[in-house]
Amino acid sequence: MTMTSTEGSNHGPSVAVPVATHASLDISKLKDKISIRNLEFFYGDSRALKSISLSLYANKATAFIGPSGCGKSTLLRVLNRMYDLYPGQRATGDVIFDGDNLLRPDQDINLLRARIGMVFQKPTPFPMTIYENVAFGVRLYENLPRAELDGRVEQALRRAALWDEVKDKLATNGQSLSGGQQQRLCIARTVAVKPEVILFDEPCSALDPISTAKIEELIDELKQDYTIVIVTHNMQQAARVSDFTAFMYLGELIEFGATATLFTTPKDKRTQAYITGRFG
Amino acid sequence: MTNTTIATASSPLYSGRRRRNAIAKTLAWIATAFGLGWLILILGVLLYQGIGGLSLSVFTEMTPPPGAAGGLLNAIVGSLIITVLAVLIGTPIGILAGTYLAEYGRHDKLSSVVRFINDILLSAPSIVIGLFVYEIMVAPMGHFSGWAGAVALAVIVIPVVVRTTEDMLTLVPDTLREAAASIGLPRALMIMRIAYRAARAGIVTGILLAVARISGETAPLLFTALNNQFFSVNMSQPMPSLPVVIFQFALSPYEEWQKLAWTGALLITITVLALSVIARSLTASRKSS
Repeated sequence: MTMTSTEGSNHGPSVAVPVATHASLDISKLKDKISIRNLEFFYGDSRALKSISLSLYANKATAFIGPSGCGKSTLLRVLNRMYDLYPGQRATGDVIFDGDNLLRPDQDINLLRARIGMVFQKPTPFPMTIYENVAFGVRLYENLPRAELDGRVEQALRRAALWDEVKDKLATNGQSLSGGQQQRLCIARTVAVKPEVILFDEPCSALDPISTAKIEELIDELKQDYTIVIVTHNMQQAARVSDFTAFMYLGELIEFGATATLFTTPKDKRTQAYITGRFG
Repeated sequence: MTNTTIATASSPLYSGRRRRNAIAKTLAWIATAFGLGWLILILGVLLYQGIGGLSLSVFTEMTPPPGAAGGLLNAIVGSLIITVLAVLIGTPIGILAGTYLAEYGRHDKLSSVVRFINDILLSAPSIVIGLFVYEIMVAPMGHFSGWAGAVALAVIVIPVVVRTTEDMLTLVPDTLREAAASIGLPRALMIMRIAYRAARAGIVTGILLAVARISGETAPLLFTALNNQFFSVNMSQPMPSLPVVIFQFALSPYEEWQKLAWTGALLITITVLALSVIARSLTASRKSS
């Protein structure tokens, strides 16, 4: 898929119009990859998420949208327990991932994170070569012979649409790449560990339009093998890449549904106000 | 209506600002020249007095008895051994403590206590450290020793390394830590494989600066390693070192000794200068990469 055009459908203010193929989604046939039930999140004493319940469907892309501070990134960071790195942050409720509550205290967080990967807002290549950046995560959980590891690295870099650009300089520092390439390197690094879910936290907000288009194309391809969750403040992007969209406001989930439906016929007034650009 | 420009060179507000700028700039120049002047003077005198005595025999002969010719070999070797040992003892402790402060205990109350104590240790007079090691090592053992000298210098190394390690690790962005965690990397591995690597140049710089700091220390060695007129690599015995030899020879009435003291001072200064330059260039290359 390429970038969706909004031309030819100029009814009303600049509403992002989603792709038609997303319209025919039958929710009853979809399988939950992650089910969030009554999730609450606290930064110290302040409650950042209020009783969130929603399903993330397998092999679909779900977008979290909403104005700054609405809790969309917080929600994403619950899914791989990234908040565990910081004291004073805690979550209550259930987040069921393949039948297992990932919030339970004795959860093996490192194994969990190997199964639920994450790509960040700013590209975060490790201070090592391009090859090592990708091989690093693989070596953590698998003891592969060199040739097989080489194959995995190539496969991951191809998957991230970066192979052709870096195949002749795998031994150079990953931090010497351009911003867009670094971000794709991070996607390759995430993919190489063979996760089941990939979380994207505003992955394009630091990138130029061409790099953004490449990443979006990539996300669309990755859906075949992975469940995708993406936080974005760019509504057009949500409309372009996601099958489902969750609109959040002030820590609450206001509306959740198929992207096509949510963007064309929002049920809640606040959703409509946000997607038509009246606030946020 | 004509559009008159308000910002002109003749406006009183602007010319006043220019005058104040000129005055401030002149004062800054004078202060810089004053500070640098002493440094150039010291280096100049050192070179003038020390370079004459610089010959091969300085590196091949032992410190002489009064009135005889000789070199500084035993003092140079002693200094090298004590310094290396001090760094070997102090660096691991310093890096581990700095790692605790920056990675594990960043938000703990204990950290602020440790940080505070470390700052005190950082500025503690080195003679106090010498006396301390004298009490805990030299007095119980009954004699001065190279070990005691190394321990005293290690106590000086530790706070420097703790501070630079913590500072450099704190500069490693949290996003990198999160990225490491996001592929399932346990914290200990993240620190060893990612954070240390990202902060490597800075940590090495800290160690080099610590070496520069201790290579000129005299007071702590006077109370611990003392001195030795002979060549000795026995760490349990008193050990010669450049600073102490300089101290002793410079205050002596013998001309040969005084000359050797100048040469020794020149050697130490060149070493410290070289270490500082290396440390600087390491930090610079880290910034540009």
